[in-house]
Amino acid sequence: MNIAVCVKEVPTASAPRRLDPATNRLDRSGDSELNPFDVHGLEEALRIRESGQQVDEIVAVCMGPESAQRPLQKALALGADRAVLLTDAALAGSDIAGTAYALSAALEGQNADLVILGQQAADADCYVMAAAVADHLKRPLITQVASLTVQDGKIRAKRQTEHGYDVIEAPLPAVVSVSDAINEPRLPSIKAIMGAKKKPTDRLTAADAGIDSSRVGADGARSVVRSASPPPQKQSGLRLEDSGGDSVEQIVQFLAEKGVV
Amino acid sequence: MPGTIVFVDHDGDAFAANSLGVLARASTLGGEVTAFVAGSGLDDGWAAGLGRYGASRVLLADDAAFEGGLPQPVVDALEPHAREADQVLFGAGVVSADVAAGLAARLGSGINCETTDFALTGDGLVAVRPALGDTIMVESGFAGGPAIVLARANAFPADPVGDGTAEVERVTPEVQDWSKAARMVGREEAETGGVDIGEADVLVAFGRGIGGPENIPVVESLAKALGGTVAATRAVVDAGWCSYSLQVGQTGKTVSPKLYVAAGVSGAIQHKVGMMNSGVIVAINKDANAPIFEFADLGVVGDALTVVPKLTEAIAARRG
Repeated sequence: MNIAVCVKEVPTASAPRRLDPATNRLDRSGDSELNPFDVHGLEEALRIRESGQQVDEIVAVCMGPESAQRPLQKALALGADRAVLLTDAALAGSDIAGTAYALSAALEGQNADLVILGQQAADADCYVMAAAVADHLKRPLITQVASLTVQDGKIRAKRQTEHGYDVIEAPLPAVVSVSDAINEPRLPSIKAIMGAKKKPTDRLTAADAGIDSSRVGADGARSVVRSASPPPQKQSGLRLEDSGGDSVEQIVQFLAEKGVV
Repeated sequence: MPGTIVFVDHDGDAFAANSLGVLARASTLGGEVTAFVAGSGLDDGWAAGLGRYGASRVLLADDAAFEGGLPQPVVDALEPHAREADQVLFGAGVVSADVAAGLAARLGSGINCETTDFALTGDGLVAVRPALGDTIMVESGFAGGPAIVLARANAFPADPVGDGTAEVERVTPEVQDWSKAARMVGREEAETGGVDIGEADVLVAFGRGIGGPENIPVVESLAKALGGTVAATRAVVDAGWCSYSLQVGQTGKTVSPKLYVAAGVSGAIQHKVGMMNSGVIVAINKDANAPIFEFADLGVVGDALTVVPKLTEAIAARRG
């Protein structure tokens, strides 16, 4: 079987977060990284291979600007065999609908039996991409997967809902999104980081993927940011830097002042 | 012609509170509000009760295909009605999110997630969501097709808005084969009983930042010293460290104790929506960039496993 893992480039947690006032899009000029939630997807693909399943290829698929090559390189270091970068000026500014459509078009060409996504992107806090991709690909879907097994052309997954845990089965090919609790991702070895440089990256334009450009990009967006404003003011909290437990006295004092001890 | 459709999720006979909240809020938009309910063996009288939450009409898709409570058949059933609507609204929830996203893909519609408010303007629906770690409020409009909104958990109170009953219309869904390919094979009901974290005045919550389940007693000691009990994040529950009944957040409990101490908790949005209304929030986390510091009243950047035991001693000493 072949596995495709969708990955996204996101600003690092320490990068300043702001919208570009000219475009109302996220300012991506700061440091970026591989979306941490997607690392769990890559790790799960490796574990499926290590569990004894015949996995012929693990491909990391990314839609993003040129700079997404760097996080894709990390995906290769983490164990993907090949990378696909869908990049095109026509795709810039795509909304969720446009991104799901374009990403699905790129996935169509990858011959993947299992498509894995992380549960959400760290920059948007949306957890809808897997379900949208599954609908485009017309494949069964299981989201928020906390444990996954692959056997006899089927997947079996456990996932949490508001009511407890569901156990769901689906035939391959299928689409899943994985919870960040599904595994503890390994760190890439120096050897793997060096080896990643020799692995292939296929670059796709929108036209290569057969994408109708009227459905993507800022012009094709169906959800349009009108304005952005500061949230209602909340008094910012007190901050302490602890070293070896030396903040404890101040914590107790704070709690006493608030009348909660 | 339905202007607004609200998808109402349910677990057995119980409507999801997040769906009811969105329905009640939608009824203030003006115009007819249609609720859409899918399930198997549904009762008309039960569905008519959605009138109390502002629905004037309920579309009831009753078919064995919905028995497992999986989202993809619901997208098929909802699609033809959604195409006629101006907006289709969803409360937070695992199934609701999957249906909303599938529908957005099917219709090529704009979708707004984590929505905390919406209004109708001359230009159609406008949705507001906090973004970038809730540091900014973003207002979005929609173009083409019906607008799709997936609200944030607990964004709207699930209170009745009247005492009317809704007119119930049964619809015949056409479900595609591939939509039925996934199959629910079992469900582990959430454990009940034990301590109810929703009732506690003091909660000490732990996340993966405490290292491992072997360190839970460290957190329990602090909870005991403070006269409270422990709670947990989704990640540690999913990882099997503790029972689901201790979980705070979107798919767990919503709590508002007088004091909430978060030890090794990053404060992801799914957790935040379940505890943001706590009286005093104290966060202890090694990662200075953890989102929880954005909304904690006291943020301590440090190792929870070092700070918590010393804090326990200090509190115990104070209590004598």
